[in-house]
Amino acid sequence: MSKDKSRRDFIVIASYSMGAVGTGAAIWPIIDQMNPAADTLAMSSTEVNIGALEIGQALTVKWRGKPVFIRRRTETEINDSRKVSLEILRDPQADEDRVQKDEWLVVMGVCTHLGCVPLGQKVGDGKGDYGGWFCPCHGSHYDASGRIRKGPAPQNLEIPPYSFISDNVLKIG
Amino acid sequence: MKISPPESQFKNPIINWIDTRLPIFTAMNEAVGTEHPTPKNLNYWWNFGSLAGVVLVIMIITGIALAMNYTAHVDHAFDSVERIMRDVNGGWLIRYIHMNGASFFFIVVYIHMARNLYYGSYKAPRELLWILGVVIYLLMMATAFLGYTLPWGQMSFWGATVITNFFSVIPFVGEPIVSWLLGGYTVDNPTLNRFYALHYLLPFVIAGVILLHIVALHRFGSNNPLGIDVKNDKDMIPFHPYYTIKDFFGLSVFLAIFCVFVFFVPNLLGHPENYVPADPLSTPAHIVPEWYLSPFYAILRAVPDKLLGVLAMFGAIGILFILPWLDRSPVRSAHFRPMYKVFYWLFIINMLALGYLGVQNPEGIYLILGRACTAWYFIHFLIIIPLLNVIETPKALPKSISDPIFSSGSSELGATTPRGQK
Repeated sequence: MSKDKSRRDFIVIASYSMGAVGTGAAIWPIIDQMNPAADTLAMSSTEVNIGALEIGQALTVKWRGKPVFIRRRTETEINDSRKVSLEILRDPQADEDRVQKDEWLVVMGVCTHLGCVPLGQKVGDGKGDYGGWFCPCHGSHYDASGRIRKGPAPQNLEIPPYSFISDNVLKIG
Repeated sequence: MKISPPESQFKNPIINWIDTRLPIFTAMNEAVGTEHPTPKNLNYWWNFGSLAGVVLVIMIITGIALAMNYTAHVDHAFDSVERIMRDVNGGWLIRYIHMNGASFFFIVVYIHMARNLYYGSYKAPRELLWILGVVIYLLMMATAFLGYTLPWGQMSFWGATVITNFFSVIPFVGEPIVSWLLGGYTVDNPTLNRFYALHYLLPFVIAGVILLHIVALHRFGSNNPLGIDVKNDKDMIPFHPYYTIKDFFGLSVFLAIFCVFVFFVPNLLGHPENYVPADPLSTPAHIVPEWYLSPFYAILRAVPDKLLGVLAMFGAIGILFILPWLDRSPVRSAHFRPMYKVFYWLFIINMLALGYLGVQNPEGIYLILGRACTAWYFIHFLIIIPLLNVIETPKALPKSISDPIFSSGSSELGATTPRGQK
């Protein structure tokens, strides 16, 4: 009797399990179709001519639909960024680790709080309390190395993958 | 099993024939007709439930009309809305009704919820009725947010960016979830398409939950201004004609006010920035949500930490779900709770203050006030309400709904007693 019962239990559990797996397999494509499609994923890289940029000037380019900030920093900005003690930073990172060439800072122009575009690229924009960028949405201040210094954002501005093809051409992606 | 009675008892033979086979007329009669006994002392604050239902119908009808003229594509969405405003016959009217209808839906529902809090309608045995209401409220917020994205103005785009980024605070899977929601790395065409699909879907989900809300309501019937249980037939009057006529009167007052907004100040409750086409490379100087989400936006910004801010914001809504268990006082109506009445009005003022602060720049005094009001919101629910249960002495409750009317002749509590009843 008990042997029969356990065999019956096995059949019931096995059918429920198969049912669950089947339902999951049927639902998955419906969920997965919401993920980025192949054309969105096809990560086109962007080449930027930076030859015309003077010291102290900045440029915004679009990559993967998001703005990338390129800033040719002044001597003062570089020195100020390097003088900062890492202990006071929320997301401690040395300036040296955030650039490939001292003069050129390349960061995503997307606030790490809730995704707004910080101000500080255009002439006349406020650059925040630390000479970098200021996000108008919820008041995050970034320094000239793109590091978070004040406000609600948890992380430094992200660094996209990039390389210098020549002295004048930058490839993002 | 019960055997169904063989034949319905309607006078009209056609109605009777149909109802015997498909008892929809019986169901209607029991829902809003003569067969639905209702406490006889309901005041005008009880109008707002049926009013919310009417607004939902207005929103669905105007929404379907707008959908016939709208194009869900980043290159055409903004222009198609402008075409509705300028070229489509009566398009301006339909869109202004839909736009302002969203705001008025929230006005009506906020009054409905405030009435509930004042008269303690959320208490046993109506906890699930209240919880279903909070679910409807959440669905309404989601629907309103999705709909606000569709015109593809600056506020549409940046509102969608900020709100979808809330999910990035989830540890480890936050970023994949955000790109799953967006269908890309940023708010773009796939996002607009799915938001449109969901914006069309959710109102019907709301209608379904409203059905459950009404089933739960009819289990124990409406609460009433005295907050005491009905004792006998003397405490009740049929829903029709007494409350149908009262609801229709309330509806006509509501529609008059609504029309003032639609025809004279259609953009008062909106934001001018949304008449600027979306620009993914430039964030407006001040991102503000629509007024009805503003209190929760104020809570988000009051907390200086991203994860805690988002948790506080969702927690502020989540706390409503457990309210029936936070408030253990057996007395429902604030009429008989002198201390709760004071804290109730403080809570309302605090909500209005949060709503005001949510659209201000979070700096200086506004930031400090925002934090104080946020703290008070949680103190009210987590400390004051459980504490009142211990320290408050409620006033004596009347024996029945009929009791105060017949013994004192008070017009305040018996305001809706039918006069000149046939």
